Amino acid sequence: MMDAVARPPETESNLAAIAADAAGERAIGRPTVYVYEAPVRICHWVNAFAILVLMVTGYLIGTPLPTVEGEASGSFAMGYIRFTHFAAGQVLAVFFLARILWAFVGNHHSRQIFYIPVHRKQFWKEVLHEIRWYAFLEREPKMYVGHNPLAQTAMFTGFTVFVAFMIVTGFALYSEGEGIDSWQYKLFGWVFSIWPNSQDVHTYHHLGMWALVMFVTVHVYAAIREDIMSRQSIISSMISGERQFRE
Amino acid sequence: MGATTETFYSVIRRQGITRRSFHKFCSLTATSLGLGPLAATRIANALETKPRTPVIWMHGLECTCCSESFIRSAHPLVKDVVLSMISLDYDDTIMAAAGQQAEEILEETRAKYKGQYILAVEGNPPLNEGGMFCIDGGKPFVEKLKVMAEDAMAIIAWGACASWGCVQAAKPNPTQATPIDKVITNKPIIKVPGCPPIAEVMTGVVTFITTFGKLPELDRQGRPKMFYSQRIHDKCYRRPHFDAGQFVEEWDDEAARKGYCLYKMGCKGPTTYNACSTVRWNGGVSFPIQSGHGCIGCSEDGFWDKGSFYDRLTTIKQFGIERNADEVGMVAAGTVGAAVAAHAAVTAVKRLATNRDDTRQDH
Repeated sequence: MMDAVARPPETESNLAAIAADAAGERAIGRPTVYVYEAPVRICHWVNAFAILVLMVTGYLIGTPLPTVEGEASGSFAMGYIRFTHFAAGQVLAVFFLARILWAFVGNHHSRQIFYIPVHRKQFWKEVLHEIRWYAFLEREPKMYVGHNPLAQTAMFTGFTVFVAFMIVTGFALYSEGEGIDSWQYKLFGWVFSIWPNSQDVHTYHHLGMWALVMFVTVHVYAAIREDIMSRQSIISSMISGERQFRE
Repeated sequence: MGATTETFYSVIRRQGITRRSFHKFCSLTATSLGLGPLAATRIANALETKPRTPVIWMHGLECTCCSESFIRSAHPLVKDVVLSMISLDYDDTIMAAAGQQAEEILEETRAKYKGQYILAVEGNPPLNEGGMFCIDGGKPFVEKLKVMAEDAMAIIAWGACASWGCVQAAKPNPTQATPIDKVITNKPIIKVPGCPPIAEVMTGVVTFITTFGKLPELDRQGRPKMFYSQRIHDKCYRRPHFDAGQFVEEWDDEAARKGYCLYKMGCKGPTTYNACSTVRWNGGVSFPIQSGHGCIGCSEDGFWDKGSFYDRLTTIKQFGIERNADEVGMVAAGTVGAAVAAHAAVTAVKRLATNRDDTRQDH
């Protein structure tokens, strides 16, 4: 990409040196690395917005607002809420799919949230270190260019898996209204082979929402905290794409 | 019964039904099955020429509400014709024969119409203790069912009992009441769920099979698509109130009197596949929602174990105390929120303390 050419050659090898040096004294300058490519950032913010809309409208579908007065023809409150939910759901599905496709062509950071390297001992050692850091047992955090190992684990289990589950169950539920001849039913109707009564699918879809609420809480907190505590940019990285390491 | 190659038509004419009424029935049936204009003629032709299909109607663990619904098939013609058009060779609840005489019919039909008769099952077999919780004719019902299913052309699972298990299969299901498709796995099974199913749906399914000599198209759950492909909610006459956001908030409130949507009162219309909102009950007079009560989802799997009929959100029992998804979610999210806040507080305190240390050291 154009950015990559214009950028000074900050490779990861010299960053590894900084990371190793993190516990020690000063590093020179403020190195930056290009981590999140534009499609990753766009998907991040579109999905974030879609998820927020989905949570609010989804909650209102399960627990509707107080009754609207007047003739039924004079209002379409529930209709608009459901439309917004379905529209946001399809936006999320499209951008989540785009994000998966980007994992194949993007840099290796773009693949991080789709797997956990369970077989690597070093990975789990680093997860343990991160847990100790969050448990206030480590004085200094390690620095990582992309997600730290604990964050990667959380992203995969808390976000990727749950969002995929929500998209699948969401489309299955949507297919109920679209009818059994719709493409939604053909693609996602198998959900009802697992749970024949869609009442159960509603319940699990609802629980999935709460799981994502928990994820978002932790995600936002961890991003802000790391931004302050671990001397590397986190929040602005998702806007500019660059990770800056401070002294 | 059904020994000669008697057609439906000759039987019903003998019973005094006019040709005009017969054709009216054919048209009505064609319409209710959603078939084209030529179908009525084809139905009439089939009923006039085809030999009657023998039907064996067995009763396992059940309450007989399916039979009660069936015999009330609203249009009198439907009732008359159906009870004549199929050769109902055996139905221990309503047949004249009893005891040894009745049981002999089973053997006779099985031998004579091997692979040609339809086995209609109302209720289900309990499997616990070797099936001794339902003894029929001196034998466990499950054995009788298996024997008769062996030579049947197809099996109709009447109602929620035969299709899903129903209340006798409610947790902890002490008799291990089991739906038919879990016991008989080598025969085509049509599920006609409902507690009971709608009379016209029952007669419609039977008419389809006898007319076309094949099973109707079934959906993923084995239910006839023609009656179970849409939710109550999709065709509910109160749907405009749902879309407008007009709900009954409490029983007997103004909204209830105005006939608003019963969604908040726990109506299971949005998750229930059945034809109540189109076919309705008692000859199209009404159906539960029209009478001001939400749908309880009686044609759905496990409807008996999903908490109150009057709650919007399903009760989740896995957490010891009964809670719905929102309550579980709010407690969990609240805990996470509190943990995050506490963590942030500790972080802040630690950081302040560290900074003070640093400053002191600098001096």
